Amino acid sequence: MLHGRFHELAPHLVPLDYTNQPDIRLPLALIVSMPELKENPFRNRIVEVFSEDGQGNLSFNDFVDMFSALCETAPRELKTIYAFKIYDFNVDNFLCKEDLEKTLNRLTKGELTPEEVNLVCSKAMEEADLDGDSKLSFSDFENMISKAPDFLR
Amino acid sequence: EKVGEEKPEVLSPEELEKLKEEVDERKKLISTLRGKPWPMRKKLESHEFVEKYEGALGKGKSRKLYAYKVMMLKKWMKFQRDFENFKTACVPWEMKIKEIESKYVSYLFLLYPCTVLLVLPGCLLFFNLAEKALMGRPYGSMPRKTVPRADEANAMDFAVLWDFGGYAQYSVLFYGYYNSQRAIGWLKFRMPLSYFLVGVGTVAYSYMVVIRTMARNANEDGGGDNNSFNFSWKMFTSWDYLIGNPETADNKFASITTSFKEAILEEQESRKDDNIHLTRFLRVLANFLVLCCLAGSGYLIYFVVRRSQKFALEGLESHSWWERNEVNMVMSLLGMFCPMLFDVISALENYHPRIALQWQLGRIFALFLGNLYTFIIALMDEINLKREEEEVLKLNMTIWEASLYNGTLGVNSTAPPITVHPADIPRGPCWETMVGQEFVRLIVSDTMTTYITLLIGDFLRAVLVRFLNYCWCWDLEAGFPSYSEFDVSGNVLGLIFNQGMIWMGAFYAPCLPALNVLRLHVSMYLQCWAVMCCNVPQERVFKASGSNNFYMAMLLVILFLSTLPAIYTIVTIPPSFDCGPFSGKSRMFDVIQETLESDFPAWFGKVFSYASNPGLVLPFLLLMVLAIYYLQSTSKSYKQANLELKKKLQTVSRTINKVLTLIQHLLYSLFMSSYLSSPLGGEHRAHQGKSNHQIPPSATSPPAPRGHRIPGPLPGNQWQPAPSVQRVPNSQRH
Repeated sequence: MLHGRFHELAPHLVPLDYTNQPDIRLPLALIVSMPELKENPFRNRIVEVFSEDGQGNLSFNDFVDMFSALCETAPRELKTIYAFKIYDFNVDNFLCKEDLEKTLNRLTKGELTPEEVNLVCSKAMEEADLDGDSKLSFSDFENMISKAPDFLR
Repeated sequence: EKVGEEKPEVLSPEELEKLKEEVDERKKLISTLRGKPWPMRKKLESHEFVEKYEGALGKGKSRKLYAYKVMMLKKWMKFQRDFENFKTACVPWEMKIKEIESKYVSYLFLLYPCTVLLVLPGCLLFFNLAEKALMGRPYGSMPRKTVPRADEANAMDFAVLWDFGGYAQYSVLFYGYYNSQRAIGWLKFRMPLSYFLVGVGTVAYSYMVVIRTMARNANEDGGGDNNSFNFSWKMFTSWDYLIGNPETADNKFASITTSFKEAILEEQESRKDDNIHLTRFLRVLANFLVLCCLAGSGYLIYFVVRRSQKFALEGLESHSWWERNEVNMVMSLLGMFCPMLFDVISALENYHPRIALQWQLGRIFALFLGNLYTFIIALMDEINLKREEEEVLKLNMTIWEASLYNGTLGVNSTAPPITVHPADIPRGPCWETMVGQEFVRLIVSDTMTTYITLLIGDFLRAVLVRFLNYCWCWDLEAGFPSYSEFDVSGNVLGLIFNQGMIWMGAFYAPCLPALNVLRLHVSMYLQCWAVMCCNVPQERVFKASGSNNFYMAMLLVILFLSTLPAIYTIVTIPPSFDCGPFSGKSRMFDVIQETLESDFPAWFGKVFSYASNPGLVLPFLLLMVLAIYYLQSTSKSYKQANLELKKKLQTVSRTINKVLTLIQHLLYSLFMSSYLSSPLGGEHRAHQGKSNHQIPPSATSPPAPRGHRIPGPLPGNQWQPAPSVQRVPNSQRH
């Protein structure tokens, strides 16, 4: 079924027969047009995270990877790892203040004033940063998410 | 870890062993593969490795067993996968629910009552059919199963059937139909015993399911504070990845923004007292008004029930439809309008929305409970009335029997029994069937009210708003009345109360759960349709509690309160003499006594009588109470300990960081001093010696120590050299 969806996105590019394992990659623009991702504010980041080159070009294997991680039955630890990568905009393995600000702006579509954005980001940093380096490492993030009551997706 | 070389055809035993170990390790890895964030390519490689070398290990005659084992394992795993798929496909309405979830906040909770409900009718239907199948007597063979002669004329009228009289009254639907014969048919099926046990068993099972779900929810909740990561959670977990509809997405964005603004306001609004006395006074006033409402509705129901009893005595035909169904209509209407009233009153109170919602739900809860219990008390009066009737009838029976023989017999002589058609035998008023009937009627009217409210309140309203909007002065869609919102909490509450009523009535109307399943099916489709076409999502999307435990707790309380009346009637009121599986006994639970005496060996009865001795039972109950108290206090102390540990963790990690930074400074200065003092660096850096002291201490501590803590290999995770160390050569180059 997933293969059908993949094929639908670019019928002229994706062959129906995958036994030869052809190396076809679909560009980011095509993937984010899928209805499941269209409304998601982080759709670009999601596709970038699952692509091998980091630019958003997905092969079929990456495609399957992505949807299996987004699925409801995926284990919580897996989701935490991928969530961290998605929110890490500058790909330095830390969530620094700029990453938080970008996340917040995507979530609120720019409706908050800069002071409000600053306040929220500093509060969030203060809450979750355990080691006091004003960045969130993966362990800080994991510690915070594991306590969240409704980390459903 | 990829094995690159080609394996030779024949392997020495040690190599074989090593290969086997590696394959086993890989297999273990594969079983945890789901939880690892490796790209698909790597996962497939592990798979391929295992497959390739498993074949090799299978060769040789001593390995045949191993190959067979491997094949069976594979087949078993495939079977498990297929079964999982089958189970997911079996969850009813999975696709519909996903569709709705993409438009609304999670509706999944409603599946729980559905699963519970599906089990109940299963049990009850089972022994129903047992009665029929195991040579139970069919309709018309016994007085309790036949419509009395006087009523035969209109037993098939729709009006009578709708009221659950006539043929419906003497059907499997109600308690009165069942035979009290101890053992039926060649299987010696113990009918009364099974009726009793199934009734008690379903209640016990319901308790277990509810409590197990609560425990599971509580575990997922995690211990401790719910407010410590407010802003972080809002930021990272508020987006719902299931949303696929642009309208919903817009709403979600708006609600996220609102929730952030709310949180910001609360944060900025430090200890602002803001006239706390006025607030307190208003809140007290609001509660007082609510109490008045509740008392008023209780009295109204009592009054109406009394009136309906008067009508019943006068004969139902002489009254209009409204007067006949007054009780049910009044209860349903109260259930519709009082919550709106509570909503208006709560505007006085000025609470945080989540707390206001909890108060609102609590008040609606109290309203329903009050109504239901008033109803039951009125029912008790009717039961007593019926029992008095029964006494009178018993006296009349002897007279009637004597009249049959036309006085030709003496008191002690025997005579051939005169066959009388079952329809002609005078029937006692069966209070249990009456109770069952009342509950069934209540549920039917409740259902009708819900459907009509849905059609009028949602559908008609949507139609009006849509079409009148063209020729109306103000914007109907944005202002009043606009489309109705889908009220998740209200609907869940309705479901919970429906379930409570089922629990109450199930003992006296065994087919009630089955009817309810039917009703739920219809409701589900109706609601799905209404939700997709006439409703808009709620503007402020928040839940009544962090987990679903709030609703589960309510369900538990309702379960307890609704089984209470049934248990009371079982234990105190003697059953009717001529209807139902317990007819003729002095108390319903005597059936257990009987079974113990006749079906079990003698020593069992003795053991049981010792075990049920109050001298043993009371200390046992006391012990349980003490155990509960002990467990609660230990859990409280664990929570305390948890909080302390968390705080300690924070301080310790901050301390460690400071120490590490200090050590780094130390090492750096040592390094610099050794570098300077060495002949290589000495002259070259001589004129730059001053700048050494001006190098600023690193503002950020090195990430190196924390690199170890990231679990699992994150692809691309290279150890990053500390920026401070990197800065040193840079500044040196100037």
